[in-house]
Amino acid sequence: MITIDTVSKKYGKVEVLNVSSIEIPTGQSFGLVGNNGAGKTTLFNILLDLIRPTTGAITNNNIIVNQSEDWKTFTGSFIDESFLIGYLTPEEYFEFIGDLRGMNTADVTKFLAQFDEFFNGEIVGKKKYLRDLSKGNQKKAGIIAAMMGDPKVVILDEPFANLDPTTQIRLKILIKELIKNKEVTVLISSHDLTHVTEVCERIVVLDKGNVVKDIQTSTETLKELESYFSV
Amino acid sequence: MISHFLKLEWKQYFRSSHWQKGIALKIIMGFFVLIFLLSFLSMGFGGYFVLKKEFPDADPLQKVNSYLLFVIFGDLIFRYLMQKLPIMNIKPLLILPIKKSKLVHYVLGKSVFSTFNILGLFFYIPFSFVLIKEGYNTAGVLGWLLTMILIIQSINFLNFLINKNNKALIVIATILLSLIGLQKFGIFDVVGFGGLVFDFVYQNPVYSLIGVFVLVLLYQLNYKQLSTQVYLDGVVQTKVEEANTIDLSWANKLGDVAPFIKNDIRLIWRNKRTKTVFLMSFLFLFYGLFFFPQETYQKMPAMLMFASLFITGGFTLNYGQFIPAWDSAHYKMLMSQSFRYRKFLDSKWVLMFTMTTILYFLSFPYLYFGTDIFLMITVGAMFNIGFNSLFLLYAGSFNRKRIDLTKGGFGNTQGTSATQFLVIIPLMLFPMLLFWVFNKFVGYNSGFIAVGSVGVIGFLLRNYAMNFIEKKYIKDKYIMINAFGKEA
Repeated sequence: MITIDTVSKKYGKVEVLNVSSIEIPTGQSFGLVGNNGAGKTTLFNILLDLIRPTTGAITNNNIIVNQSEDWKTFTGSFIDESFLIGYLTPEEYFEFIGDLRGMNTADVTKFLAQFDEFFNGEIVGKKKYLRDLSKGNQKKAGIIAAMMGDPKVVILDEPFANLDPTTQIRLKILIKELIKNKEVTVLISSHDLTHVTEVCERIVVLDKGNVVKDIQTSTETLKELESYFSV
Repeated sequence: MISHFLKLEWKQYFRSSHWQKGIALKIIMGFFVLIFLLSFLSMGFGGYFVLKKEFPDADPLQKVNSYLLFVIFGDLIFRYLMQKLPIMNIKPLLILPIKKSKLVHYVLGKSVFSTFNILGLFFYIPFSFVLIKEGYNTAGVLGWLLTMILIIQSINFLNFLINKNNKALIVIATILLSLIGLQKFGIFDVVGFGGLVFDFVYQNPVYSLIGVFVLVLLYQLNYKQLSTQVYLDGVVQTKVEEANTIDLSWANKLGDVAPFIKNDIRLIWRNKRTKTVFLMSFLFLFYGLFFFPQETYQKMPAMLMFASLFITGGFTLNYGQFIPAWDSAHYKMLMSQSFRYRKFLDSKWVLMFTMTTILYFLSFPYLYFGTDIFLMITVGAMFNIGFNSLFLLYAGSFNRKRIDLTKGGFGNTQGTSATQFLVIIPLMLFPMLLFWVFNKFVGYNSGFIAVGSVGVIGFLLRNYAMNFIEKKYIKDKYIMINAFGKEA
């Protein structure tokens, strides 16, 4: 589904990313792990054509992302709060994203109804603007918006950060549900090794922009990662 | 401890976004501040002589005194609307080993030096200086000046006391209005009474010390009120406003641009700065009143053209010049969504078109100044719609400054760069010049035709122009994402 081919990014002389090749098949849940500055967000930003790679290219479902915009129709993403529109209420935000993704008001309402439990009554109908919600609740809204319009690829940067324990567990269930039929490809970055090993079939570790590990998740993976990062 | 606070203030001031601006902007802003201060100073120095000339029979000091009461109440209302106690700054200090009483004194003490308190002195001090020079009793004048300073400071602290209280504002506004009413209908001579009070202070400067008691009392009240409330759930808390959701489903009729139009309406209405821009555009309607009645401008048709452009162009100019920076906070998200960029731009254009049209209809009363003036406003509106809106959209692709919508409205120059000053040339000077040239060398009506036709041509070529603009935006996408991602 997604092919990363010799992608690198340099700012001046500093190279922040250098990935020779990663192939992500359709339906895989892909986890990206690494310390601060490892290049996780940079990679996602290149994948979303928000920054240009210095070399190489990423193809998303056979579309080179910086040459055509057709990948946008089947790719949903949430990188950070700047993906939210602060002066809208969550409902209006969902309606806006829904509009862009070809859903009418009824579709949006129906779609949101599935996530009542995830929202835990803190998002819809609170008469609050997104900018006034807590960090965790903003994230909830952003994650769900990324799943609107039946995307084939879902990209979430640090989805577990700022969430309360209950929501973290619910998010894991949600992601597992999403990848159950092997139709949706999910890309997640995280600092939380436990969560990421739990939901991802494959984990890639980045360090200073380079791939240092590429693991198919097994029962040993968590230990392996912990020992790697404890150095 | 005080030196620590002062250091913090120093850094806060010089590291604020005020100073992180381009040199051109700094110079221009410095220039405006200078003009402002100079006009106050010249009022202070020259006021005495102007009053002497205008009212040869009256004593200038008494004349000033008689209106001070209104000044004081006006000041209070102005401050109520504009001035807030800068209490948020102490939030990071709350958990440090500093006594709360010290923090409160610091916040209150700091407010003594607020711009609101300083500005008036630029009038009162030079005015007193002139008075002494002109042979007024020195002790009396100094007592009078002291009273003024004490009153300014008392208003400062009174404002903080009533700030959280809308009833207080109504009471003060009512008092002010009834004072004006009493004066107007000759029931009670407010002007005379106010004058007597301040004249009395001049005669007996010792009484100015009463002001000291008032000030100390107000300070104490403030101190008491604040000390009990320096908690995160007390004064050190930003208010969360309740979302006002209005039904905008009528906009769905607009088709593809509807989601963006709805978004823009909410953008404008729910953020202070955009709301100011929106409301200001109605004030621009009155711009013509400065120009049209004056004989001098009748001989300068280019200046009349200038005014006419502003009448209908308030919104287009002020909103248009910051496209797409209004959306800078969520620009990344927009760029990862699937839609034609054209729709985004179209919606901005529709907005400018609609507002200009509304403002044009509201400008009909200008018919009072004759058909020539009205014709000028009409071609001005045509130019604003046909040329300016498209040109601003194009110029917008050069915007590289993020706008943080949560920051205040009035006098906020965030997002301003050299672009904003450069665009004024084609927007205002071009039509003025065009009008002037045709008017001067071809004949009166040709000026209208020339400006109007540029508007019509722009309107007809809109589709073509929009395609061109769209390409430019797409080309600059990465630069804009990068620039908008940086903290303002």
